[in-house]
Amino acid sequence: MGEIISNLSAGIIPMEAYLVLSLIMFFAGVYGFLTRKNLLMILISVELILNACDINFVVFNRYLYPGQMEGFFFTIFTIAIAACETAVAIAIIINIYRNLNNVDVENLNEMKE
Amino acid sequence: MQYTIFILLLPLLSFIILGLVDTKWKAKVAGTIGTLVLATIALLSYYTAFEYFTDPAYRVHEVYQQVIPLHTEWLRFTQYLSIELGILLDPISVMMLVVITTVSLMVHIYSLKYMEGETGFERYYAFLSLFTFSMLGLVVATNIFQMYIFWELVGVSSYLLIGFYYTKPSAVAASKKAFIVTRFADLGFLVGILILSFYTKTFDFKILNSLDKNVFASGMGATFMGGSVLSWALALIFIGGAGKSAMFPLHIWLPDAMEGPTPVSALIHAATMVVAGVYLVARLFPVYFTFTPEVLHGVAYVGAFTSLFAASIAIVQTDIKRVLAYSTISQIGFMMVALGVSGMGGQEGTGYMASMFHLFTHAMFKALLFLGAGSVIHAVHSNEMKDMGGLRKYLPITHVTFLVACLAIAGIPPFSGFFSKDEILAATFEFQPFLGAVMSLTAGLTAFYMFRLYYNIFWGKEYKVEHGHKPHESPFAMAFPLIFLAVVTFFAGWIPFGKFVSSDGAEYHIHLDAIVATVSVVIAVVAIVFARFLYRKENSAPDKMQAALPGLHRAATHRFYIDEVYLFITKKIIFAGVSTPIAWFDRHIIDGTMNGLATVTQWTSAKIKGFQSGQVQQYAYVFLLGTLVIAALVVFTLVY
Repeated sequence: MGEIISNLSAGIIPMEAYLVLSLIMFFAGVYGFLTRKNLLMILISVELILNACDINFVVFNRYLYPGQMEGFFFTIFTIAIAACETAVAIAIIINIYRNLNNVDVENLNEMKE
Repeated sequence: MQYTIFILLLPLLSFIILGLVDTKWKAKVAGTIGTLVLATIALLSYYTAFEYFTDPAYRVHEVYQQVIPLHTEWLRFTQYLSIELGILLDPISVMMLVVITTVSLMVHIYSLKYMEGETGFERYYAFLSLFTFSMLGLVVATNIFQMYIFWELVGVSSYLLIGFYYTKPSAVAASKKAFIVTRFADLGFLVGILILSFYTKTFDFKILNSLDKNVFASGMGATFMGGSVLSWALALIFIGGAGKSAMFPLHIWLPDAMEGPTPVSALIHAATMVVAGVYLVARLFPVYFTFTPEVLHGVAYVGAFTSLFAASIAIVQTDIKRVLAYSTISQIGFMMVALGVSGMGGQEGTGYMASMFHLFTHAMFKALLFLGAGSVIHAVHSNEMKDMGGLRKYLPITHVTFLVACLAIAGIPPFSGFFSKDEILAATFEFQPFLGAVMSLTAGLTAFYMFRLYYNIFWGKEYKVEHGHKPHESPFAMAFPLIFLAVVTFFAGWIPFGKFVSSDGAEYHIHLDAIVATVSVVIAVVAIVFARFLYRKENSAPDKMQAALPGLHRAATHRFYIDEVYLFITKKIIFAGVSTPIAWFDRHIIDGTMNGLATVTQWTSAKIKGFQSGQVQQYAYVFLLGTLVIAALVVFTLVY
């Protein structure tokens, strides 16, 4: 604890801080995915998870491999793909809404048969 | 003699074809096929008999040999135990071939008109062919197991034919009763066969009848509850025969079997199936006589009692078919008595010869009586004597042929019944005068009730013609068998039967004992005159006689309450005491266990149903938990 505070006051943010942040974001997303009823809220939680992973990539790139840029590029890819995936998900949700007139995830259980 | 296989195969083929085709062809075609097949095998049987009895190749020192044209092993169990099938020709089996095919042919021809227009006509002919096949197989059996197989087949055919009118509850009940009673007797038969074959190590008749002491040594030596094992086996085998031949107390099925069509009664319950028991004892006669004569005497007493018992019931029956049924039971009793008192060889073997002779003549005249009764029933549409009377004017052919048969069964010369019955009485007197007296009394009763039947149908009160519907004589197809059988009945007595069939195969010249013959004829004539006095014209004498002995009359009308005893035993003792607890056990404990298993399974399944809810979030949750567990394993225990 002492090193963290002295590092903080020295102006250098420790890597662990970022990792803790992304950890909290990740599990917030997981919690939201598991508990929310509305499909759009589930989608938002998935975004949270994805963004948490992006933060992880960037942090590891900056702190462990300062000279190389693969982490950053991969993050850009991931953001783009997340956007596409969101578009597809919205399309599906709209279809579901058209069929069932609401977007509760509890109604989507026919696959069990 | 290889052609004898066709005598068996043709009716079997006829059964299969008629059974499969059923109603697709016209009914007349089925009738014609059945009759033609029977005519063919009848001719084959006559030729077989002709060849067997005239060809000297089949005789050794004037003794008829057993010829086995065909023999094959069917099913082998162990080195010593196998079931074989074959054809055995010897005097009694050849005689039976002739009897069965002749009577069956007559019944086939008769049924062409009698059963015309009935639903199930094709089925009827198919079953008749099946029955003929089974009975023929029974009589030519080479070993006792083959005989048992065909025995059961005959029982099945009888069941199918008695229950022919399966929509009538009484017919269904009668067919069930017949099958169950005979099946129950067959249990004894099977146990007897098994015991016998276990101790003698063979099923084969040739070996058994060779009276080889070595074969029977172990059976004679071992004892069980006082009697030798062999006696038990042969007594049990007789019980099987007693069931099929309707001996007391296993006779209850035969009167009820009259629910079947009348030609069926003529074929099965008069001429052929019911003599299977007599045939069985005759087939094993050497063994019975040589090793267990006491069982043979038991056979005689059972036969004598049955004879008298059935005759006394027949006197008071009003349904003409029931009278004939009890008459059959009585006459088979005669045959059993004759076998029971018989010795072996020459004069001593009269009983055996007389029994077979009576079997032959009885088949002919009893079939004639039943077919004649069918003719009467066909004309007046009723079975009861009170609906008949004075029918001699309307049914001349039936009248004359029926009279011929009645004279034969009463034992009046020159008809066939006299010769065969006389020999039986002679043999019985020879054995034990008391038994002879009992059988003579029964013969008198026979004459009485037969002529009671005759006078009540054809004489007595005048027939009331209801709404212009005069009874008409039967068509030719029904009259021809009557005439044919009447001719046979008239002339069969003159056949020198001893020349063909005797206890040891050697020729035996029948000589009539003058005293016995005269006495029996006198008794018969007295009985006939008595019946004539009572029934020829309508009068009050029978009612006065009934009023004199009301208790006896009532008991006889109710067949001496034997059926009630059986019902009591089955309902109160077997059903209530044994079946009900077992049924309770089955329904509550065994079914309860199965139901319990099902309930537990259902409860478990309801509990774990939740795992497949279809909710995505639940699946993701479980997925997450799994991942955490694996991660924990990796991190904390370093499982790579």
